[in-house]
Amino acid sequence: MSLIEATNLGQKYDGRHVLKDIDLRINKGEVFALIGPTGAGKTTLLRLLDLLDAPASGRIFFDGVDVTRSGRHRLEARRRMSYVQQKPAVFSMNVYGNVACGLKWRHEKKEVIRHKVDSVLEMVGMADYKNRDAKTLSGGETQRVAIARALVTEPEVLLLDEPTANLDPVSVSRIEDVLEKIIAEQKTTLIMATHDMPQGQRLAGKIGVLINGQLLQVGSPNDVFCSPQSKEVAEFVGVENILAGVIVEKDDDLTVISINGNTIQAISDCAIGQKVYAFARPEDITFALAKEAGSARNVFEGSISKMIAVGPLARIELDCGFPLLGVLTTRSAQELQLTIGRHVYASFKATAVHVIKRRG
Amino acid sequence: MDELWHAFVKAIHLIVSLDPEVMDAARISLTIAAISCSITALLCLPLGSLIHFRRFPGKRLLTSAIQTLFSLPTVSIGLLVFVIFSRAGPLGGLGIFLTPTAMVLGQIILISPVMLGLIISALSGVDKAVSETATSLGASRFQASLITIREARFAIMAAVIMGFGRAFAEVGVANMVGGNFAGYTRTITTDMMLQTQMGNTELAMALGIILILIALIINVVLNRLQQR
Repeated sequence: MSLIEATNLGQKYDGRHVLKDIDLRINKGEVFALIGPTGAGKTTLLRLLDLLDAPASGRIFFDGVDVTRSGRHRLEARRRMSYVQQKPAVFSMNVYGNVACGLKWRHEKKEVIRHKVDSVLEMVGMADYKNRDAKTLSGGETQRVAIARALVTEPEVLLLDEPTANLDPVSVSRIEDVLEKIIAEQKTTLIMATHDMPQGQRLAGKIGVLINGQLLQVGSPNDVFCSPQSKEVAEFVGVENILAGVIVEKDDDLTVISINGNTIQAISDCAIGQKVYAFARPEDITFALAKEAGSARNVFEGSISKMIAVGPLARIELDCGFPLLGVLTTRSAQELQLTIGRHVYASFKATAVHVIKRRG
Repeated sequence: MDELWHAFVKAIHLIVSLDPEVMDAARISLTIAAISCSITALLCLPLGSLIHFRRFPGKRLLTSAIQTLFSLPTVSIGLLVFVIFSRAGPLGGLGIFLTPTAMVLGQIILISPVMLGLIISALSGVDKAVSETATSLGASRFQASLITIREARFAIMAAVIMGFGRAFAEVGVANMVGGNFAGYTRTITTDMMLQTQMGNTELAMALGIILILIALIINVVLNRLQQR
């Protein structure tokens, strides 16, 4: 049985649907990342799951109990969860007092509170700050206090809304270390909303992609990033080669897709005549100056139309009858002497192409 | 200008010599204002919290009505208490007319709208995230309300100070329902009025200066407490 289950969940603000028909199951001990662009409804969904707001439609079950409406059940369920907001509010008291609040509200004994608060502050690396006024902390420190405050009650479910948004890289890394420790040591069920896809990929065992209030795909990070089930998900997870075409040949699963007069080979179970989208990740495209005999079934000659340096990587856009985007290290690009206008060969394997049916 | 200077000198003299009449008036003013302010605070904090935290139809209208009563003239309150508690009034039998109790009641009615309105406004000024954070950390509705009140404590304290100031400095209620009996219901303000009517302008001004000095000392002490 799932620890949290949401069925047909919907939310409206000012008559506008911000969440539509969300069906979600989260099991005990699972690390679930909710990814999606800003404004997709991630915070709204987290607030519903934490029972802070009542949904406009649908039901939420916590450990098998319907907690959608009942006040008593909601408080009981909420006390088994903790939620860290994107911009956590700290109370006007010292760090110790902030972290101890949740335990005081549960009427824990003073000695128990002291012991738990001290150990959780140690865990998040804030032990030296316990007497500091919480209002004087930096963004990263406030976030760590908020996480400590949420963890001290030993919740079964920890909900985190963009835990590292707007933080410097050092703070991000410290918070991710804390989260990894929680995941490894405490087996807490973690539900995290983030627009930082690599973070979701690094920390989560399951990912849900929320776009325009709809949960378009739920699966393992590999499923979501390598086999997106829709164009919207593909675009969001960084599949930049989205090619619209039609299946023209088929030999078992090896399929030939016609794209603007060019053909590419891919593995797919779609029938001949089916309109499809073919997705290829830029990382799977390799470049060479001459045609090489290799295992890649898709080889295209073209001229480089755009080159952009992104940190240690170079993004290369090739015009080969259709635009094809690839990435390689800046050093490789220099070694190959790639420049705009230069003729090169781009190749990728049939297995590197993910195909989905296209409507319309 | 001379008159003001003489009044100031007289005020200092009255304070230093611990003039019994002035000390009595100051004691009565402070006691009645402190009692009415404490009772009002005890009534308005829960009532203001209830109005702020609960959702009910007409909430905005009620808040506007409370704010309108901020400027209620003190003589109107005095008249109201007079009509109710005078010998011929509906509650005349209680025998509290022309006693400090009637003055306390009148001051409670006078300062309640100010304190209530300012408490509601203080609670509204607290970031909604505070109460939501408390709720998400497992606080019950009551516990979440308490943390919000705690966050608003300085603004609430300001509301109480404001209420105390209004009670301490008012004259209409004290005069109409207290009767201005020396050593019993005579406050600094009613004494000032009496001295002015008797032509003792200098003494009235000296009392005024004493009133301002006491108010200043109280505010300084309360502000110090706030800063702690």
